[in-house]
Amino acid sequence: MEIVVLVKQVPDTESLIEIAGDGVSIKKQDIKWVMNPYDEIAVEEALQIREAQGGTVTIITMGGQKAVETIRTALAMGADKGVHINDPAAEGSDALATAKILAAAVKEIPFELIIAGHRAVDEDNYQVAAGVAELLDIPQISMVVKAELLDGKIKCQRTIEGGTVTVEASLPALFTTQRGLNEPRYASLPGIMKAKKKPVDVKTTADLGIDAASVGAGNRKVKIKTLNFPPQRQAVKMIEGESAQAKAAELVRVLHEEAKII
Amino acid sequence: MAQGVFVITEQRDGAFRKVSFEAVSEGRRLADGLGADLTAVVLGSGVEGMAAELEKYGPDKILVADDPALADYTTSAYTNIIADLVQSTDPAVIILGASAQGKDLSARLAARLDAGLAMDCTAIKLDSGNLTYTRPMFGGKIFANVEIDGDLQIVAIRPNVMDITETAKQCVTEKPAVQVGDVKTTVVEKSMDTGDKVELTEADIVVSGGRGTSGNFEAVEQLAAALGGAVGSSRSAVDEGWRPHSDQVGQTGKVVSPGLYVACGISGAIQHLAGMSTSKYIVAINKDPEAPIFSKADLGIVGDLFEVVPAVTEAVKKIHS
Repeated sequence: MEIVVLVKQVPDTESLIEIAGDGVSIKKQDIKWVMNPYDEIAVEEALQIREAQGGTVTIITMGGQKAVETIRTALAMGADKGVHINDPAAEGSDALATAKILAAAVKEIPFELIIAGHRAVDEDNYQVAAGVAELLDIPQISMVVKAELLDGKIKCQRTIEGGTVTVEASLPALFTTQRGLNEPRYASLPGIMKAKKKPVDVKTTADLGIDAASVGAGNRKVKIKTLNFPPQRQAVKMIEGESAQAKAAELVRVLHEEAKII
Repeated sequence: MAQGVFVITEQRDGAFRKVSFEAVSEGRRLADGLGADLTAVVLGSGVEGMAAELEKYGPDKILVADDPALADYTTSAYTNIIADLVQSTDPAVIILGASAQGKDLSARLAARLDAGLAMDCTAIKLDSGNLTYTRPMFGGKIFANVEIDGDLQIVAIRPNVMDITETAKQCVTEKPAVQVGDVKTTVVEKSMDTGDKVELTEADIVVSGGRGTSGNFEAVEQLAAALGGAVGSSRSAVDEGWRPHSDQVGQTGKVVSPGLYVACGISGAIQHLAGMSTSKYIVAINKDPEAPIFSKADLGIVGDLFEVVPAVTEAVKKIHS
């Protein structure tokens, strides 16, 4: 099974995010960069499928120089090779442009299955994977919590509000991961050593036949005008009382009479 | 010249998702501000009778796309039909709810129509014909105000945030012929939760438990039941195996926006806060007075949740009786 995994390097969810001086981007110093958590799940799923059926797992990442660390992490987990799209022209691309670039890279590799995180935890757009599937004209199944490979088909369970739905698609297909699909493995020390020798191809937009003038920060359809911190909440009102019952009664009184929400 | 607002509603098994009413209401507001018409579309099988339910939210026109192939949502069938309807209606803005279906559909549609999409939007501002969308990033640690370039803008609104409003309007309902086209996926099974379990992302009240419960969620569940709310959980409780992944509230779980969020025995890691910070009212119960959750809460009680939470349940029952 030829599997492609789309991976993004993002700030660790522990990171304190600060707004940069330009007001439309975040400060990139003092951030710990990691593999998008949903992409870790995607890499793990690809490895499990390869362990069951054989094949190749190729990692594709678009990002600056630092992003290669994330590809190496995936290789250390056990993936076979990587493609690093590293081009300043691509920086700041919106979801559609990113999908265009990634789809062009995927097209250069024989693939039967693409696995991606359902979203990246920095921009929270939920869009890139679907964009890639549309551009490749293949089925998509999103937010999958269970995946099974049948003969030439993928059968996936996704959670929807109030239940689960099972969806099938013929390969080639793309699905995106949700928490609960699997528990990603940690890279082992031997894995890390082996990863250093695994091939990582570096590509530019030109290599992929993408017109640089159609992607990047200057060509966004969705333009960030300002970034703000969430509105400050009022300071907490601590409820005092002689006993748990007294505190509870006062809490309910405030919610009922003052906040009027119960 | 693209104009008008187009709302894609969502129904399942003959019932509209609440976010659809929010989307139509918001659509009406924007259409009025733009001096344009509002069209709402219903997709499904045997759903013609549902159109009337939308009328009170003020669309000028309702389109019913009715076909057996639309009984269950599939990405391609819905995308193909909407793309066709967009070609004939030529709207300037498409609004839909950012539910599980909406996230999937809007993303595919944006790529199909080569249009910018503002996902999980919590507010829309209209100023001199210009639309600005507010949407969370970094799990809600930052809010971005974005504008979309191009003839068509798509916005998926976060459920449970925007108001539902009624507007009296003359409404025309049509049932255009639809071409389902190439459908790339098949729904083979649907399994819905039985009973009155309230869905987490749609609940007006959420009661969540964390590490402080030590795995015993009885008090949390009983308070949720007394309040008619949903039960949520922190990541710790899920990692410990006490609660299913689908209950997790947080940056790598579900994002909720209820009117009331009660956090029991949850310390308040920033990733958890990211999942509930747009809640209108936050109550925290924790035995540690230094717990970070208190910095985000509106009301706090320092105490043992096994004593406090049942006492709150009792007090709630008294009010309801």
